[in-house]
Amino acid sequence: MLQFILRRLLFIIPTFFVISFVTFIVIQLPPSDYAQTYVSGLLAQGDNIDAQATLKNLRDLYGIGEPAYVQYGKWMWGILTRGDFGMAFEYQQPVSFIIWERIEFTIVITLASLLVSWLIAFPVGIYSAVRQYSLGDYLSTFLAFIGISVPSFLMALVIMYILFKYFNITLGGLFSSQMEKAPWSLAKVVDFLQHTWLAILILGVSSTGGLIRTLRANLLDEMHKPYVITARAKGLPEWKVVIKYPLRLALNPFISGVGFTLPLLVNGSIIISVVMSLPLVGVMLLRSLQSQDMYLAGSLILITSLLTIIGVFLSDMLLAWVDPRIRYQ
Amino acid sequence: MEGPELLLEVKGLKTYFFLDEGTVKAVEGADFSLLRGGTLGIVGESGCGKTVTAYSITQLIESPGRIVEGQILFHRRLNGVEGSPATTEVVDLAKLRPGSRSICEIRGSEIAMVFQEPMTALSPVHTIGDQIMEVILLHRKVSKKEAREQTVEMLRHVGIPKSETRLDTYPFQLSGGMRQRAMIAMALMCRPSLLIADEPTTALDVTMQAQILELMKQLQREMGMAVILITHNLGVVAEVCEQVAVMYLGEVVEWADVEALFADPLHPYTQALLRSIPKLGQSKKGRLDPIKGMVPDPYNRPGGCPFHPRCAQMIAGRCDQERPPLVRRPDGRTVRCVLYADS
Ligand SMILES: Nc1ncnc2c1ncn2[C@@H]1O[C@H](COP(=O)(O)OP(=O)(O)O)[C@@H](O)[C@H]1O
Ligand code: SF4
Ligand SMILES: [Mg+2]
Repeated sequence: MLQFILRRLLFIIPTFFVISFVTFIVIQLPPSDYAQTYVSGLLAQGDNIDAQATLKNLRDLYGIGEPAYVQYGKWMWGILTRGDFGMAFEYQQPVSFIIWERIEFTIVITLASLLVSWLIAFPVGIYSAVRQYSLGDYLSTFLAFIGISVPSFLMALVIMYILFKYFNITLGGLFSSQMEKAPWSLAKVVDFLQHTWLAILILGVSSTGGLIRTLRANLLDEMHKPYVITARAKGLPEWKVVIKYPLRLALNPFISGVGFTLPLLVNGSIIISVVMSLPLVGVMLLRSLQSQDMYLAGSLILITSLLTIIGVFLSDMLLAWVDPRIRYQ
Repeated sequence: MEGPELLLEVKGLKTYFFLDEGTVKAVEGADFSLLRGGTLGIVGESGCGKTVTAYSITQLIESPGRIVEGQILFHRRLNGVEGSPATTEVVDLAKLRPGSRSICEIRGSEIAMVFQEPMTALSPVHTIGDQIMEVILLHRKVSKKEAREQTVEMLRHVGIPKSETRLDTYPFQLSGGMRQRAMIAMALMCRPSLLIADEPTTALDVTMQAQILELMKQLQREMGMAVILITHNLGVVAEVCEQVAVMYLGEVVEWADVEALFADPLHPYTQALLRSIPKLGQSKKGRLDPIKGMVPDPYNRPGGCPFHPRCAQMIAGRCDQERPPLVRRPDGRTVRCVLYADS
């Protein structure tokens, strides 16, 4: 088991460098000189700086004008030693100043919506499989397909409209203005939930339909395996049989999928974030790509990828923990 | 002491599967009984309904299958209060709802089962100890620790060495023979009065087969339970069983003591079956007769006697028209064939 963990951990390092290199190529793509763009931006704002000195500083720092591998090396060096991801030109700030908060909120919202989708999908999926072709199964299949086919931003718009029109509630953002800068407290958490529950619910529900169908199919596969008959032949009541045996095996595909929730959510949440004005990573990434704010875009891709690698590592660990066949390979 | 006591009577059992393509009459009249502590073999070609019969007894038939007719009378011994004699109550298992409390109380505790493929019949992600202990924790009032001790004891009993550590291994870490031993240990945890073994040795190699059969015989002697041994191998029946039920296309066509059946097979199918296996001491010249024809597919059971398309003694106009009656002979054996209807 320890060997398994170490092997997986070691695997993370080369993966990280491959991804960072690909990301760097993305950063390299636009033809302009970022330092020049940045300094002209500062001057245009009327900042009183020594243009030549600043330019030279920046060029040295990021290796601009030098061969690509030097630039890559300097970028990585900056990240690994100083946590410096480069400059976000549009924001006129270092990337590291502006992304962490968004990444935190994105992770929180990802985990919360994952929780929501599981809380709905598990009972419904299990019911659907155990009572295959019952009225409840047909109903859940119907709802699952609606959930899969209706775009989540549309759902968000409709619900926001109804909430506003009939309950006079406006949702949007993460916090109310007075809580924005307040330190973390129970009240702030409540405020956060009051602002984001709909987004979490809708992001959760949008993946629930697929989950229900997958769980139902996995479970139906497992329910007819001989070990289930053995469990029944022991005299276990049916619900215990289902929960202890086939469900346990039907979970494997879910656990291995957990690691990929983050990139899916980063991509999937863009429209919702725009509609509900949520400062999540997806929107920032989209904007940075549009405005060729390349260090920002590259850093966002890099960090999301790294978090995904870590997520996959964790789900591998979880899988090995629940499935001895993997552990003892 | 009174004479031998009945444990199980199966009367006119019919189990059908209702599929979109039609109705599969998997069991179409099974009649046999079994004494407490006795051993019954159920033999027949593959697909003749042996497994479905076994599953019917413990109500393990899943939808779209259903027991449609018949009785499965189980003489259940109720442990009386200390000192007073044990009494028995007769339960008709065929009337119990699958998954009901009453059948769950009997499964695993009074009627236990062993299956053909110990690899797939055990969960791959639970340790064998966990899977075995579960039975006794479910049916008996024991602590986790006691359950564990009893499991170690039982594993040792069925011949698994180093059972204290084997308890925590997973099925894929054991050999086929060891897995089947673990399966048997699981079945015996609650000392059932009936053990149903569905082709317990078919998936094992020959030396292992002999060992497992020997183990089952030994355990049966020690624990005094009755055994239903399902097999397509008449040799196994001859070696292990006291009585035998021969099945063909869902029907028990003959039920008799083993010696009587081998010495004087009544039903033409039994006769053909015996001719198709080698006998000890048979000369090389004595040919084996495979039964002619194929087993018909279950959607198109032949009318009348289901064996008539393959039967050498078939009486045209009779065997293909009417279902042969169940004939009970004076010595108690039963046979389902018109040849014996008038005697
Ligand atoms: N779940 C099921 N659905 C439909 N038909 C079945 C099912 N289980 C068994 N059968 C049919 O019932 C008949 C008897 O099967 P079985 O009892 O497994 O035979 P065997 O004597 O080899 O154990 C076969 O024709 C089989 O096709
Ligand atoms: S009833 Fe007729 S066809 Fe059937 S076994 Fe007897 S003789 Fe043969
Ligand atoms: Mg079978």
